[in-house]
Amino acid sequence: MTRPAPTPAPSADGAPPVAGLTARAWGIALSAIVRREAYRFWQQRARLLSALVRPLVWLLVFAAGFRAALGLSIIPPYQTYITYETYIIPGLCGMILLFNGMQSSLSLVYDREMGSMRLLLTAPLPRWWLLFAKLVAGTAISVIQAYAFLAVAAAFGITMPWYGYIFVLPALVVTGLMLGALGLALSSTVKQLENFAGVMNFVIFPCFFLSTALYPLWRMAESSRLLRDICAVNPFSHGVELIRFALYGQMNWAALGWTCLAFAVFGALAVWGYDPARGMVRRKG
Amino acid sequence: MSLAVTDLTYAFGAKTALDHVSFSVGRGQFCALLGPNGAGKSTLFNLLTRLYTTRGGRIEIAGHDMGRAPRQALARMGVVFQSQTLDLDLTVLQNLRYFAALQGISGAEATRRCEAAMDRLDIADRAKQKARDLNGGHRRRLELARALLHDPAVLLLDEPTVGLDAAARAALTGHVHDLAADQGLTVLWATHLTDEVRPEDRLVILHQGRILADGIAGEIAGPRPLAQTFLSLTSPEAAA
Repeated sequence: MTRPAPTPAPSADGAPPVAGLTARAWGIALSAIVRREAYRFWQQRARLLSALVRPLVWLLVFAAGFRAALGLSIIPPYQTYITYETYIIPGLCGMILLFNGMQSSLSLVYDREMGSMRLLLTAPLPRWWLLFAKLVAGTAISVIQAYAFLAVAAAFGITMPWYGYIFVLPALVVTGLMLGALGLALSSTVKQLENFAGVMNFVIFPCFFLSTALYPLWRMAESSRLLRDICAVNPFSHGVELIRFALYGQMNWAALGWTCLAFAVFGALAVWGYDPARGMVRRKG
Repeated sequence: MSLAVTDLTYAFGAKTALDHVSFSVGRGQFCALLGPNGAGKSTLFNLLTRLYTTRGGRIEIAGHDMGRAPRQALARMGVVFQSQTLDLDLTVLQNLRYFAALQGISGAEATRRCEAAMDRLDIADRAKQKARDLNGGHRRRLELARALLHDPAVLLLDEPTVGLDAAARAALTGHVHDLAADQGLTVLWATHLTDEVRPEDRLVILHQGRILADGIAGEIAGPRPLAQTFLSLTSPEAAA
């Protein structure tokens, strides 16, 4: 334990700082945080399974049951009548991103409880960058899961145009970032792991059900104008619509704008939530 | 001064946790920060590591003002937190490499530093072992190795011997003393255990958010054992 140090003594006071402050260091930290998240995901392969099972149950059970009950008119981006299974594919991609965004932030609360968040936040990098790196890492995992789901759906015969699978990538990334930022903002307010389940119920379910994931807006308007309006302003709806249009090689500018705006707002809230002046880890210890 | 705290004040709502705390530690000094539970040690550490910030007072690390140049100050600092902050699912080497990357160190340089850090703390043979499988003493060694990886000027340790057996505690305390003496590292060692403090150490006693004593441990203790002096200084009667 007391072997002599093979490296030179630490430099004197005021010595040039280590590499941690250069622009290259930002990239190194980002890549390490993403790789750590990917490694953890690889180690928890059951997570991929559960991430796939949930939307597949909706697709193969729920959608099959509702197919007869719900008639859908031709609405953009669709140019013909479509089955209900086809309609809910983007919504179920959104569901994966939503659940994963929340799960990533759950891991942040866990990290904070376990102390590893302290290590991250004392790195000599801007805090917003460290949070962004966490966000990118979570989104990368979400996007992989969404593609895995699209592949399974295709295996069941629910396919999109081939170019849709390419165009959907940026849409999944933007929506994933937006939902991840929402989770990040929430995680900064939740002080204990056990409180997080409640928050998830109050966020995930309203987000998902009060959106265009399961029904188009005009369908919702038939039952309640208020519900329709709520669905129309729900940022999750815009993320789902962005994915829906992208899957057919089309751009929905309004959806992109609203999704980016929501990302900016949630991101700002997260940075504010983790501001050290607010005592982010204002917990004993 | 390598570490200077000037007029530091912090409150949780109406409760004052730190009340105009000032002290400084020179290069190569081992400074023990002694205080009973609830003295404000952890709050001070959270401020020193910028997990909290305050406008009340000033912190300087290796000449860098924590308020004005936090990243420069953090880059010159190594920390061993009270709660363990290892990623238990990663191996010893992976934990070190992850930390190196957070400090902006990668590639061959990271490899060299990780190997040196493991050698220094005698854990090279456990490089591929998961942190989860290490015992308490080895986990602490790993955390110390990690804190030294980027050659900091100042090393902060918040009750680092919690949960260690007597042998591991003595080894860790001795090793960090050596680091200060041999390599000129400035050390701030928070503890509530007087037997971790040597008579020649610098000593700051913190109680109820205030500094009760600041000097050389042997002089503060006087003819009595340090434990006795510490108890008499921090007893409710003394406060009254």
